[in-house]
Amino acid sequence: MILSTSLNSTSYSFFDKLKAVDYFLIIIVAIIGSISVVSIYSTESGNFSFYTKNHLTRFLVFFSMFLVLSFVRVSVWYRQAYIFYILGILLLLLVIFFGISASGSKRWINFFIMNLQPSELMKIAIIVCFARYYHRIQSSDIQSYKYLLQPIILLLIPCYLVITQPDLGTAILIAGSGLAIIWLAGLNLKYFVYSGLILLVSLPFVISFLKPYQKSRILTFFNPDRDPLGAGYQIIQSKIAIGSGGFLGKGFLQGTQSYLEFLPEKHTDFIFTLFSEEFGYVGSMVLILLYALLIYRIIRIGFSSRSFFAKLYCFGFASALFLYIFVNIAMVLGLLPIVGAPLPIMSYGGSSMLSIMLGLSIVMSCKIYSRDTIGN
Amino acid sequence: MIKKTGNLNKNKIISRRLFVLVAAKIGLLGIVTSRLYNLQISQKQKYEVLSDKNRIREWKTPPQRGIITDYFNNVIADNQRVYQVHLSLEEVSNFNNSIFKLKNIIGLKEDEIKKIYEKKEKSKPWDTLIISENLSWKEFSKLNLYLHELDGAKPVLSTSRYYPYADDLVHVVGYVGDATTQDIQNKKKIEENFVPGLKVGKIGIENSKDTDLIGNHGIKRYEVNASGKKISEISYNKETQGENLRTTIDLEIQQLAQELLKNQAGSICVMDIYTGEVITMASSPTYDPNKFTHGISTKDWNEINNNKLRPLLNKSLAGLYSPGSTIKPLVALAALEYGIIDTKFKVNCKGHDHPYELYGERYHCWKKNGHGLMSMRNAIKQSCDIYFYEVARLLGVDKLSLIAKRYGLGSKVLEDFFSEEKKGIVPSTKWKKQVLEQPWYLGETVITGIGQGYIQTTPLQLCLMTAQLANGGYKIKPKLIYDKEIDLDKIKSKIESEKNKSVSQNILKDHEFKHYERLYRNPNNLKLVLDAMYGSTNEQFGTSFKSRHNEDKYKFAGKTGTSQVKRITDQDRELDLDLKEIEYKSRDHALFIAFAPYDKPRYSLSVLIEHGGSGSKAAAPLAKKLIKKILDRHELREKIRKDLKNIA
Repeated sequence: MILSTSLNSTSYSFFDKLKAVDYFLIIIVAIIGSISVVSIYSTESGNFSFYTKNHLTRFLVFFSMFLVLSFVRVSVWYRQAYIFYILGILLLLLVIFFGISASGSKRWINFFIMNLQPSELMKIAIIVCFARYYHRIQSSDIQSYKYLLQPIILLLIPCYLVITQPDLGTAILIAGSGLAIIWLAGLNLKYFVYSGLILLVSLPFVISFLKPYQKSRILTFFNPDRDPLGAGYQIIQSKIAIGSGGFLGKGFLQGTQSYLEFLPEKHTDFIFTLFSEEFGYVGSMVLILLYALLIYRIIRIGFSSRSFFAKLYCFGFASALFLYIFVNIAMVLGLLPIVGAPLPIMSYGGSSMLSIMLGLSIVMSCKIYSRDTIGN
Repeated sequence: MIKKTGNLNKNKIISRRLFVLVAAKIGLLGIVTSRLYNLQISQKQKYEVLSDKNRIREWKTPPQRGIITDYFNNVIADNQRVYQVHLSLEEVSNFNNSIFKLKNIIGLKEDEIKKIYEKKEKSKPWDTLIISENLSWKEFSKLNLYLHELDGAKPVLSTSRYYPYADDLVHVVGYVGDATTQDIQNKKKIEENFVPGLKVGKIGIENSKDTDLIGNHGIKRYEVNASGKKISEISYNKETQGENLRTTIDLEIQQLAQELLKNQAGSICVMDIYTGEVITMASSPTYDPNKFTHGISTKDWNEINNNKLRPLLNKSLAGLYSPGSTIKPLVALAALEYGIIDTKFKVNCKGHDHPYELYGERYHCWKKNGHGLMSMRNAIKQSCDIYFYEVARLLGVDKLSLIAKRYGLGSKVLEDFFSEEKKGIVPSTKWKKQVLEQPWYLGETVITGIGQGYIQTTPLQLCLMTAQLANGGYKIKPKLIYDKEIDLDKIKSKIESEKNKSVSQNILKDHEFKHYERLYRNPNNLKLVLDAMYGSTNEQFGTSFKSRHNEDKYKFAGKTGTSQVKRITDQDRELDLDLKEIEYKSRDHALFIAFAPYDKPRYSLSVLIEHGGSGSKAAAPLAKKLIKKILDRHELREKIRKDLKNIA
């Protein structure tokens, strides 16, 4: 065991690799992908046009990418983890200088085939980076200040860059994913409690630094009727859409709230609302169940992996995925303020799709090469 | 080994930590699903309603007004097809630009444009503005030609009120106009059915019967999108037209009356003496109600408003005049009823050299040389003033006032049907004390006896008075709207039973009478008065003898009246000027009351010509023409009456 710690020590036949693939996970992703295409098709009132075509193409391209990249050896990801992180930071810096602005924020870089949103890639990069970071650290060393400070700096850099875009939602998701791994690695509970208390105390101070529209969103969250035609409009319309969907929903292509354009951002952040309006409580529960199964499969892969890197990555990615899903759904249900977070796979948007598929391919790679120990 | 245990330890920590995370995830998932349950199942109905409110918008459609016809079903207030242009605000990209283009195409005036901008201020972004209500065919076709350049402009075929016999009936039918805030506040029916562009009655029957005429608005429900654009029609509750109304007016007689009054100021009223149906209520001069439908222009308004003959005044029921000698039959009747005089009572009229004197005041008869010794019949027939001075003095103003009120003077004939109706003045000692706070002088009684002084009546009151004398002394209920409950045969049999009833002691006291109740004590008194009126028209020396009909079937009885508008001085009497030599405003009003046919009375009428001179010359000849027409149309009217009764 000790002797066989060198990288790539285990060899796999092609047949072994195919056998090791988690087909169930692929099927779940394919189903959610199909649902997403159907939903985007519905946002265009049943016309197979711009959004649907784009979304379908992206899904097919990135889904294939997911399948191909699954066969990249997990140790490659391990070795390139910091490169990945630095690449992410560089892209975020590029956004500041060459970014494209849309509706008041600068988030995208034009890469000709698509507009890339580096903050989405950063969501995966941070998990890979932290998985590698904690891979080698002994649980006894984790509590030291050196190992406490380093990851916090690693986390604060991308968060700061994303917040200033400004994109509060993605920054929160990056921070959440990072914290999940720090938690998994075993950092003492007291640090979480302390930082939680500090955050709570400094909250009023932080709020004073927020942009007016961000403040308004938070105030609106606590009272949507404050400004029903302005800041509260989205959440009110979203609740109306979901509520009026009822048990079985209004039926496919029958969602009046989205069809008649009452619903804002229906392709992206509010895609769940549209789905829920048309397919009701039953449909929503099925979709949530599919996501739960997906997360379950990822955690299962984590358990079966031998390396800490793979474990930490899978558990971290599963937690991050859950966070994305929870924040988005809770947001459209009016449980959280509108911060702008897409629903994985479902929402229209290339970068989000790219990062999720990339994240899944690493998971699959962990599964295929589960016997790799990467020098634990 | 140390590393191995360390690894084992690390593995344990990760698993434990994951377990905590998974537990937290399950908890959060629970919150999300229960929230979903709460929204989609517990509160489904609330959100369903909100969703419908979002997507469904209602547009109210204006109802059509009920049609108004005369008694013979001739349409006198119709709904006519009009060409309009509407502007749908949500489809207009540049409002100023659209208005500018429309201005050039259909020729909007500056004040009209100003009104459009005012209206736009008050409307919602998805409302439709009515730019022009009544386009000519030429303008409308031109608009259609340029329509592609006008986003949001819609040519619309609509209906609007139209009065085919415009001037002839405006004082009866009235006119419509845009509902004001006051109209909406005052009438619940208008409030309930209000639609932008709704026309409501402003005066006349259009106003009085608005509640029946308006109808109910329709509702079109459209599915709209978030920006308010109509996507599809969901339902259409059709509007219902207002009730049609049949009036009691005879269009032909009304038209003749207006024709006879042409170029003069005055009124003609005709009434069925049993049913109280107003057959004609003409007032002159008149004006075109169609001009008001789409908002009258300032020029037209000024023309009507500044006319010295006051076309806006409905003279039949809002014009107040001294009744003059038309009151004399009533004075005679009162004196007989109270037993003040008997039929043999005589007064000597000796001409202007020997006037009637009372406390030093002198009261003249209109006849310079005097009438000589006058009995009652002769005094009515020849309209001797001296006789009535004396009778009035003996009778006293309070008894006269009581009988005058009983026969219809001093109160509104149509009750509150027309807001503009006046009740006039029937003076009494009590009235003067209360209103003028002065004692009554006997001299005032004397002139009240010839219908001068304080007494003020409307032409419709005089018509009603004549009707209630001619029908044998029974109270009737005048009306303008046909009422199938009013049955001529029943009325006649009711009157017949009243006739034979023994008279109560109170008949000569102040007393509230019911409809069709007898108003007199002794039928012979009334007979004598009516007979005297017959003499006045059909016998030599009668004041309206020249206006008689010789043919039996047209024979009528009447009474002339000449009402002074200013006191006649001795100098005036000396000059005895011809009518044309007197300034218009100082000329006497000419009056005439009559009923026909004499042997079997059925219709009463009153004629008034403002500043027309004497009643016998200016008013009575009109009555002659009118009565022939009325009686010629009698059979036709009776046929309709029977038909309507059979339908009912």
